[in-house]
Amino acid sequence: MLTNFIETIQSRSDLIQQAFVEHIYLSFIALAIGIAIALPLGILIARYRKYAEPVIGVTAIFQTIPSLALFGFLVPLMGIGSNTALIALIIYALLPILRNTYTGIISVDSSITEAGRGMGMTRSQILTQIEFPLALPFIMAGIRTATVLTVGIATLATFVGAGGLGDVIYRGLQSYNNSLVLAGALPVALLAISFDLLLKWVEKKATPKGMKTN
Amino acid sequence: MIRFDQVTKKFPDGTEALKNVSLTIPTGELTAIIGPSGCGKTTLMKMINRLEIPTNGDILIDEKSIKETDQVELRRSIGYVIQRIGLLPHMTIEKNAGLVPKLKGWSDEKTQLRVRELMTTVGLEPDIYLPRYPLELSGGQQQRIGVVRALAGDPNIVLMDEPFSALDPISREQLQKELRSLQQRIQKTIVFVTHDMDEALKIADNIIVMREGEVEQIGSPDDLIHEPANDFVRDFIGQERINRQRTFAQRKIHELTSFFSQARTSEQIAEISSTDSIETAISMLEKPNVNLLAIRHKDEFVGYIDQTSLLRAVIAKEEGGNHAD
Repeated sequence: MLTNFIETIQSRSDLIQQAFVEHIYLSFIALAIGIAIALPLGILIARYRKYAEPVIGVTAIFQTIPSLALFGFLVPLMGIGSNTALIALIIYALLPILRNTYTGIISVDSSITEAGRGMGMTRSQILTQIEFPLALPFIMAGIRTATVLTVGIATLATFVGAGGLGDVIYRGLQSYNNSLVLAGALPVALLAISFDLLLKWVEKKATPKGMKTN
Repeated sequence: MIRFDQVTKKFPDGTEALKNVSLTIPTGELTAIIGPSGCGKTTLMKMINRLEIPTNGDILIDEKSIKETDQVELRRSIGYVIQRIGLLPHMTIEKNAGLVPKLKGWSDEKTQLRVRELMTTVGLEPDIYLPRYPLELSGGQQQRIGVVRALAGDPNIVLMDEPFSALDPISREQLQKELRSLQQRIQKTIVFVTHDMDEALKIADNIIVMREGEVEQIGSPDDLIHEPANDFVRDFIGQERINRQRTFAQRKIHELTSFFSQARTSEQIAEISSTDSIETAISMLEKPNVNLLAIRHKDEFVGYIDQTSLLRAVIAKEEGGNHAD
């Protein structure tokens, strides 16, 4: 079994390597765009709170669509290819980042922001010097959740022809080659776990020093 | 001098927090604003640094309308201490205390010098506390930093919104004393909102008593104790507190109602008002041709009092019986 597995990795190393790179590419682009949308949006809805519920609600609905089905919905609209996969992944990445950014900012103690206002801080100074640093641990936790989610779901990108490690798994399934399935699944799991650990460390680093003594 | 000129504040929900208030807060003194919750005292204070905007009327600092100053600049020129302290937990004490000078664009050396000086003033060793974070300090220490932060930008006016009410009684008392002695040295115009009459009487030069958006009385602690403007002020101060601050002789005749007699026991009668002090009554009874006082309350006679009944009242007081209250 193990020798079989090692042989498979050796003989299919080109395929696995390419799939691995595609997988990371898909996950990263999706996350980068997801952060670029959800972070400012989260800050915005924390300021204009009456829009918070509807905006979070919409992203939550997207989240409830099973991932395979979402890929399926998008194919008639967007065709197949990596763009379709990216859109689906971005949609999934939005909610955790958006919700955590929003929660992080609104949970900043109002006495602290009031003190800032009373001392003569401008709105943007309050955001950058008070709200953002204090919300950062929440935001990082959201990004971490989104990362693990995205790396996992990117496995399904193969069904819309966008490659990724899902390709390897799918081929293995079709040819009843358990070793090949494993050769695809294992890197996905390792990717997810290592990103999770890395971001956990970043999250800890992001916690303002004075907040740790409690 | 801070002058409120016919200031009204209506909130969107229709409540009127301030009703056409005009008053003056003198420079270099500590003025306490006091009243039951919802009386508009905090709103009144927050108008000075434009955290609340008047619906009508104007506020002038040294006869210059605060509308003419940019609100961010205005706030940087006014110290602000809030009840829940509001130190920024992610910044060291040094950064917290130096925040306003930094916003004002002071140099690092000037800021540091000023912060260290103020830290020493409030009794916190700079070398020990400056590198620490707020959560490593006790409540009392944190609020001392709150005061340092408010004073760091060298403002002429400092606003304090129930700054000591969240502290334990011992820290509170200590900070009250420190504020009092600090104020005597620095002579800032301090506006201090509180709901604690003991606190106001202890620390303030002037007290503004408010109720339902209106000013009931403005005066020194002595004025309030000796000449409460109306029943509300008297009740708010509390008879017990008034008594504590006054000698027996300074009490009013009407506080001795239970010792009044209805029988007219002499022809040598003088008339006294129920709001006169016991001291006055005694000096009247010392006159050779007077040995009974007829007490007038507003326009009615409510009874008589003579030396014997006064003596009984003194004995009752000596025995700790406060039924005259």
